[in-house]
Amino acid sequence: MALLQIAEPGMSTAPHQHRLAVGIDLGTTNSLVATVRHGAPQVLADEQGRVLLPSIVRYLADGAAEIGHGAQHHQASDPRNTVVSVKRFMGRGVKDVAHVENLPYDFVDAPGMLRLRTVAGVKSPVEVSAEILKLLRERAEKSLGGSLVGAVITVPAYFDDAQRQATRDAARLAGLNVLRLLNEPTAAALAYGLDRAAEGVYAVYDLGGGTFDISILRLSQGVFKVLATGGDSALGGDDFDHRLYCWALEQANLSLLAPQDQRLLTVKARAAKEALSSRGATTLQARLSTGQWVNLSISAEAFAAMTQHLVAKTLEATRQALRDADLKAADVNGVVLVGGATRMPHVRKAVADLFGRPPLADIDPDQVVAIGAALQADLLAGNRSRDGADWLLLDVIPLSLGLETMGELVEHVIARNSPIPVTRAQEFTTFRDGQTAMAIHVVQGERELVGDCRSLARFELRGIPPMTAGAARVRVCFQVDADGLLSVTAREQTSGVEASVAVKPSYGLSDEDIARMLQESLAAVDADMRARMLREQQVEARRLLEATEAALAADGDLLAAGERASIVELLAGVRAATRASDADAVKAAVDALARGTEEFAERRMDRSIRAALAGRRVDDVLAK
Amino acid sequence: MTNVPASPDYFELFGLTPRFALDLDALEIAYQRVQSRVHPDRHAAGTAADRRAAMHWAALANEAYRTLRDEGRRAAYLCELAGVPIDASSNTAMPASFLARQLEWREALAESRAQGRPVAELQAEVDEQRSETLRALAAALDCAQDRKHAAALVRQLMFIDRFRAELRAGGESRSAHSTQG
Repeated sequence: MALLQIAEPGMSTAPHQHRLAVGIDLGTTNSLVATVRHGAPQVLADEQGRVLLPSIVRYLADGAAEIGHGAQHHQASDPRNTVVSVKRFMGRGVKDVAHVENLPYDFVDAPGMLRLRTVAGVKSPVEVSAEILKLLRERAEKSLGGSLVGAVITVPAYFDDAQRQATRDAARLAGLNVLRLLNEPTAAALAYGLDRAAEGVYAVYDLGGGTFDISILRLSQGVFKVLATGGDSALGGDDFDHRLYCWALEQANLSLLAPQDQRLLTVKARAAKEALSSRGATTLQARLSTGQWVNLSISAEAFAAMTQHLVAKTLEATRQALRDADLKAADVNGVVLVGGATRMPHVRKAVADLFGRPPLADIDPDQVVAIGAALQADLLAGNRSRDGADWLLLDVIPLSLGLETMGELVEHVIARNSPIPVTRAQEFTTFRDGQTAMAIHVVQGERELVGDCRSLARFELRGIPPMTAGAARVRVCFQVDADGLLSVTAREQTSGVEASVAVKPSYGLSDEDIARMLQESLAAVDADMRARMLREQQVEARRLLEATEAALAADGDLLAAGERASIVELLAGVRAATRASDADAVKAAVDALARGTEEFAERRMDRSIRAALAGRRVDDVLAK
Repeated sequence: MTNVPASPDYFELFGLTPRFALDLDALEIAYQRVQSRVHPDRHAAGTAADRRAAMHWAALANEAYRTLRDEGRRAAYLCELAGVPIDASSNTAMPASFLARQLEWREALAESRAQGRPVAELQAEVDEQRSETLRALAAALDCAQDRKHAAALVRQLMFIDRFRAELRAGGESRSAHSTQG
């Protein structure tokens, strides 16, 4: 045994070694990365000491990208190649995007998700977001001195499946191992709840740059249970800017502006909005490319009045979430404000009036989500003790999931606000004699007509043996995992023929797409990266070896002798593969071990539950 | 490998006595205790097999919690455990008096809506009928062990709950959607 083991930070699997994990808030306006260091969450700054990274990417003619503050400086001079608020395009087509006519981009409509034509080529919102995430990964690795085992990426709670898939794809493209997609309000609740050991019902009102979320949670003894969530994934501070922009156009009698002027006036409108958060009045001044001067003054009252309808929309969603949670505003013990847009005084006042109490905003509303994500990343990476004293987040899906049935109606299979993970199946049958195929259309949304919901995926189940109408039994199974991501399978039950297909929503990129994009982006730094990928795979394999050996030691009695022997053999296979330097061989051995230990894992989980409830019936314990 | 543990029934999963009269606080505690063992977040650092098993058991715990927390679903589940299916779609036979009352309610609701009158009185009557049905269910399931009768009561409860949803929907022009039993 070696007395000293030399390991790179973040790559060791020794039990007490700190594994480097981060939380990333991928925001519409700004993005942040945070981690837990010496037991305390900490937002990581760049070399100039700035923690907020503007979520802005500028593409250059040589194919390179400039990200953050540098790109921000060029947003008015080079608007077509400088992408701001890309989050609003994630998982969206051109027709989904509001105010397209006022955006200075060259849109390319593509199936599933729009693309942007830039001087460096056509880019998908996933690639643009990946640039931001890559920069934050590099910032974290530099600051922490090692490579990351994984990241928790936050998403608006109201993001639908297409938007979540797009976010996860962006993270993978940025070379991040996604530990979890975490809902932003839940992350904020975690940061607040742990900070003050809170108990009771909390409402998190999260108005960001481009999205609005409201979540109602019950906090009790370390369990953060989301009771209901609601919102609007296309409503945020940007819309307040846009209202002010339109007002300026009216006041100054302007019509069609050049792209640079559109962006310039939008930037000035945002600055005016921010000024009005601390002052009663301000001016909006800009010199357009035509030489014309815009010089307008505006009062806080006038701004509040012209954006009141936006605030009203958030309040309606808030009331709906309270109804869904079966609670009244007075039942809420605390209201947490998240997102830069909650700095607007009339927003704060409206929230305070609705709940009849002043809201909490003592953790910086720009940072609270990243801090919560960092705490969760630390937990998921296994840095905290596993003695059950840790917190537990129980989250929900924001929008109902269903299938198209006859007459273009939606049959809901999983209702909104269902706790995740969730698995539910529904049976359908054929309606024609001899029908051998069935079209399955998966949708998300609350409305009853297919056309009013978001289409997530279409696929066909083929090879159903010919039967009389109504005799086939097609079981469609929906599975939503802890990231809120859906997969759907369909299977015909009555025949011996098994026809089953798994789908990914059409908005996500295929694994091949990701692999190709990764390869393209890696081509430059090829050798280094390959070596690093192999090393990471070896680390993962060693981690798996240790975990499996620990499981054998603890619960080996659950296995028959033959079963144990076959697992031991698989372990030897992994060990042999890690000694060679073939990444594919390591992966194959790891996959084989994963498959070969599935049932063992099931039995251990079963034992763990029995242990949790051992010796006493819960209702007997509670009986007086 | 064979010998995969069969999925426990929902009461077994939570260590609760299978009966209709259920202490909801005990259910909540048991649910959280089970989730704190099986939730995927507890196994994020585990093997791929661990993570799959966690996903499966956490989804099972969520389904069990959803079923047991709601009186109608719990009663239906108890009937099904005892081998008496509810068959809500094929078995639509109802006592004539129950159907007559349903008709009365619907007329009263339509009338109140047409005249813009509040529905508080009707709401109170429906709530009372619901409580009565729940008492009858408790007697049928926990004392008499008469599951056939209980299944009939569950079907009535489904009608009542659908009507309550319509009452709640208020002015919203939403057609009632049948919920799963």
